Amino acid sequence: MTQTSPKITARNCQVYYGETHAIKDVSVDIADKTVTAFIGPSGCGKSTFLRCLNRMNDTIDVCRVTGEILLDGEDIYDAKVDPVQLRAKVGMVFQKPNPFPKSIYDNVAYGPKIHGLARTKAELDEIVETALKRAALWGEVKDRLLAPGTGLSGGQQQRLCIARAIATSPEVLLMDEPCSALDPIATAQVEELIDELRRDYSVVIVTHSMQQAARVSQKTAFFHLGNLVEFGDTSQIFTKPSDPRTESYITGRIG
Amino acid sequence: MTTSSLFLLVLGLGVVGYLLGRKRALAVAKATGQRLHSLPGYYGQTIALYTVVPALLCLMAWLFVQPVLIETRISAMVPDSAIPEGGARSLVMADLRRIAGGLDALKEAQNISEDDLQALRAETSDIRKELGDVGVAIGSEVQGAVFEAAKAFRGAEITGRFWMTVLTLALALGCFMITLLRIRPEARARNTSETFVLSLLIGASLVAILTTVGILGSLLFETINFFKMYPAKDFFFSTVWNPQFRGGSDLGILPLLWGTLYVSFLALVVAVPTGLMIAIYLAEYASKPLRAVTKPAIEVLAGIPTIVYGLFALITVGPFLRDYIASPLGLGSSSSSVLTAGLVMGIMLIPFVSSLSDDIINAVPQAMRDGSYGLGATRSETIKQVILPAALPGVVGAVLLAASRAIGETMIVVMGAGAAAKLGLNPFEAMTTVTVKIVSQLTGDTEFASPETLVAFALGLTLFVFTLGLNIIALSVVRKYREQYE
Repeated sequence: MTQTSPKITARNCQVYYGETHAIKDVSVDIADKTVTAFIGPSGCGKSTFLRCLNRMNDTIDVCRVTGEILLDGEDIYDAKVDPVQLRAKVGMVFQKPNPFPKSIYDNVAYGPKIHGLARTKAELDEIVETALKRAALWGEVKDRLLAPGTGLSGGQQQRLCIARAIATSPEVLLMDEPCSALDPIATAQVEELIDELRRDYSVVIVTHSMQQAARVSQKTAFFHLGNLVEFGDTSQIFTKPSDPRTESYITGRIG
Repeated sequence: MTTSSLFLLVLGLGVVGYLLGRKRALAVAKATGQRLHSLPGYYGQTIALYTVVPALLCLMAWLFVQPVLIETRISAMVPDSAIPEGGARSLVMADLRRIAGGLDALKEAQNISEDDLQALRAETSDIRKELGDVGVAIGSEVQGAVFEAAKAFRGAEITGRFWMTVLTLALALGCFMITLLRIRPEARARNTSETFVLSLLIGASLVAILTTVGILGSLLFETINFFKMYPAKDFFFSTVWNPQFRGGSDLGILPLLWGTLYVSFLALVVAVPTGLMIAIYLAEYASKPLRAVTKPAIEVLAGIPTIVYGLFALITVGPFLRDYIASPLGLGSSSSSVLTAGLVMGIMLIPFVSSLSDDIINAVPQAMRDGSYGLGATRSETIKQVILPAALPGVVGAVLLAASRAIGETMIVVMGAGAAAKLGLNPFEAMTTVTVKIVSQLTGDTEFASPETLVAFALGLTLFVFTLGLNIIALSVVRKYREQYE
């Protein structure tokens, strides 16, 4: 973990939804090969900020982003940058599992096909298999790759969505409350997976559960009312928070 | 008492029943000290329903049955000798009904008593003139037997109406009293009134089903008559359609079926791609203000009467195709052609396809789009590979709905494609469809019992089976692919 070359750097980032000022002057450095957790009460802007990192907010008409967000030193809001290319590099997993109404295989192969990552069927098979294995789903679905992805259980669907995101070989993986729709067992599996993924990716996870943030992340950012209140090592945030608001939230007095 | 006042009386009784029931429920509860099982309104509602519904059903049934019964009885009273040469019994019966109605007017105008009216004889007084004086014109001199039958007819109607009133009121009052007396605090009025409402709902849905069965039955009946006169084999497999007034017609359905399918196919070729592209644009790309203007503008197309489309086909599209495409290419010189009808019908169907598909595409969850964008797909990749497959069942449904419309369309075909039954591939030739021929076979002076007329029912039934088949396919397709996304 080197503090010197962050993967993503945000400086003075502001987000407006129409008249609402949703994110106020947020600056943060997200390190490579690290799990960074965004915590905070509902409506504090953590998901909004996450969606800025791969320009998903572009699909919302009234949303406006100012400030600077750099990925490997390049401004992702620069006119030169194609948001579509960016999203291939910065993958995303959503709160609710959202597999496409296609087979398990086609769900995972979707990204690689679009980006032309495989030239032959064999290469594509390889990519799909690797992605499913990394998402710890291969053993459960290898005999029914052609069954619809929507037929899987909730936890399997979410791991399928993670496999789908991994298959495009992103550099950063954004996860927006990936476990909020899952039961404890599926949650444990996904958390284990997140810990695995840290070896290759920079993972940013938004979560409501402080225990989850404490379990999976190395860095934690606490958001409150659109402000980044505190950012630091997870152990420090949870044991010796420097800001009284962070302490109130962690001890359960606000949020 | 007239039917409408009887109707209002029963309704009034229902209202009274509601109020009384409510009051009595409260009174009974107070007297016994028990808590009511249901809200007091439910007791009132039960009484109102029991008072009104059976009585009105009885009234309705009576109104249907009485004329039929009287008609058959009176018809038997008219001797064959009273029917003029070349006339029909039904004509005499129509006259008879007019006389019966006229007698009431006569009684009113001349202030004669019921007995004097009964004593009136066609042989002794000029009934035709007297009825004419009170404004009831009769076509010919009234014969004695017919006049007697008319008097009997009137008598039967008066008696019938009397008993109808008595029975309906008795039923309403009887149910009213019984339900009122049965009010007890522990009676489950809420459940009773709900069961009643449930049976009303079932009854309403039965109306729709029974109507379909009725339509099918009448079609089937006449079709069987037709096949008694004309061999089914020739009807289904002959390639010639050539009805003659004097009999000896060729009534093969194939040229008509071919015309129907050809025109519908062309219409769908025009409507489906255009409509789908409109839907995609509106649902995925158009800005809100643009959509607010464009969508209603396209839906205006659906509101244009088909006869107006027919005019457009007749005076604009037809001659244009003939002058600029068919004639120069030497493909024909007819201004009515399959292509004309197909094109215009396609335009008519565009709003069906676009509007339904637009709704369906909008119904695809935003999570699908987010998922696809999140993987770095562009808008058009997302539409092609995620949204359209997810929306497919609905789109298929929309297309088949449009196909049903195309198959059933008549006016555009008459004015655009002509009325010549032909089997051919050239889209610049005039052809015609099943529906057009149904109209032309039924709107003529031919005798109703001839195969030339009855063939219309066989054609109608074939068409019905055809569209039914399409709908079944549509339903099964939709069912197969439904719920692929949640």
